[in-house]
Amino acid sequence: MFNTEIIVKSLPMLLQASVWTVVYSLTSVAIGFCIGTLMCAAGLSSSRLGRGVAAFYVSFFRGVPLLVQLLISYYCLPLIGLNVPSSVAAVGTLALCTGAYIAEILRGGFLGIPPGLIEAARMVGLSRAQILTRIEVPMAVRFTLPALVNETTMMVKASSLISVVGVLELTRLAQNIATSTFQPLEIYLAAGAIYFVINAVISSAGTLVEGRFKAETAR
Amino acid sequence: MAEEKTPNSRPIIDVRGVWKRFGSAEVLKGIDLQIKKSEVTCIIGPSGSGKSTLLRCIAFLEEYSEGEIYIEGELLGFSLENGGRRRVSDAEVDRVRRNVGFVFQQFNLWPHMSALENVAMPLKLSRGMPREEAARRARAMLEKVGLGHRTQAYPSQLSGGQQQRVGIARALAMEPHIMLFDEPTSALDPELVGEVLQVMRDLASEGMTMAVVTHEMGFAAQVADTVMFIDHGIIAASGSPNEVFRENQNSRLRQFLQNYFERNVFWQGSEGAAAP
Ligand SMILES: Nc1ncnc2c1ncn2[C@@H]1O[C@H](COP(=O)(O)OP(=O)(O)OP(=O)(O)O)[C@@H](O)[C@H]1O
Ligand SMILES: [Mg+2]
Repeated sequence: MFNTEIIVKSLPMLLQASVWTVVYSLTSVAIGFCIGTLMCAAGLSSSRLGRGVAAFYVSFFRGVPLLVQLLISYYCLPLIGLNVPSSVAAVGTLALCTGAYIAEILRGGFLGIPPGLIEAARMVGLSRAQILTRIEVPMAVRFTLPALVNETTMMVKASSLISVVGVLELTRLAQNIATSTFQPLEIYLAAGAIYFVINAVISSAGTLVEGRFKAETAR
Repeated sequence: MAEEKTPNSRPIIDVRGVWKRFGSAEVLKGIDLQIKKSEVTCIIGPSGSGKSTLLRCIAFLEEYSEGEIYIEGELLGFSLENGGRRRVSDAEVDRVRRNVGFVFQQFNLWPHMSALENVAMPLKLSRGMPREEAARRARAMLEKVGLGHRTQAYPSQLSGGQQQRVGIARALAMEPHIMLFDEPTSALDPELVGEVLQVMRDLASEGMTMAVVTHEMGFAAQVADTVMFIDHGIIAASGSPNEVFRENQNSRLRQFLQNYFERNVFWQGSEGAAAP
């Protein structure tokens, strides 16, 4: 029998855990965005070392499954004497992984910036760092917003993988409740619905921001 | 102090024997020119002759291959060391050209910022001006170019002529000692050219030092102190507008002006003479 009562009863706990899901995934996207920006800039720079590092970083984190990356960091960090909480290690790994994808997304945006806009910035004395943060990043984000929003929703879903390294978030809690109540179907359906709502909110927020950007370029 | 006794002795721009090569292509082949304070120099010449390249070298948007460019007495982009030259840091380049303003053919406004922000942002970031003061100064500059009513508009909401005037305001706000213009009206619809040229005329009459690459011979004839004709990477003729437009007998120059007049004449008077 489908048991709605169990859903109602576990909902407060599930919602609480989903806050962690949101925190972990958005934090890793934020950190990953910074890493991705730097890697993207390095990949497009004239420095051979910079380009090499960026190319290796992107191909490693895109080529190895996230689950394996999580397990490696979980078992590896203590070995090299880094005793960070597993949630920190997990967020770090998520950030490194999404950073590689974001670097690739932003790359297209960076390449689409007319060189004259950079020259204009140089002629009014902006430094390299100021040009990156005030001209290149804002423009690249405008060019690539749909892909960046998509990457964010992918990370919300991918954050469910960190349950395997013992970090409490929505999927992990759902597993716990499911095994203790023997009502897995109801609980996982509820968890799935919550993921769906989170991503629907993120997508709408993306559409909203896109609309605001469009207003800048509308005649 | 020596500087004050002889205010006009040192040119603002001093270009000496400058060559520019792109790979094996020689685009500038030994350019010498000087621009003194408050002078307006117009640079004319056929397409591909190297006009933009020269201006971009003076702004160090291109590294010149050979020769020297001095801005108010300071060597631009390089330091001379025992016979050779070494590229200096970006920060040092920025320092030497801090008083050089550049206006681009394609305007190059930042599309994600309003007209006001386009002008105010550099004041805040590279001059370290407080927000309020930068905004006030930016507004004053936009008023100066006749755009006091459009400060909140984004570039895409402005006409080409208005965008170019924002571009001029952005450069002017930095209080440059010289303004470089690379075909500032070439991307504009014909009916919008006048408003931009008017702003430039006003600047010239206020004593701004200017170097203008242009195809607007009327502007050059009226405003320039010196007109330079560049052909195949050399200055083939140079002098007052009268000397260059009427007296100089360089055959390439005559041909160039002839082509220009033929393109621009639409009514042949009874005398048969086309006016510039
Ligand atoms: N970055 C570059 N790499 C290679 N060649 C270049 C580059 N920039 C300019 N050139 C070449 O240098 C020559 C001069 O170009 P430049 O843009 O200075 O001409 P111009 O006189 O400004 O012409 P126009 O009136 O068409 O603007 C051209 O033959 C051009 O192809
Ligand atoms: Mg040109």
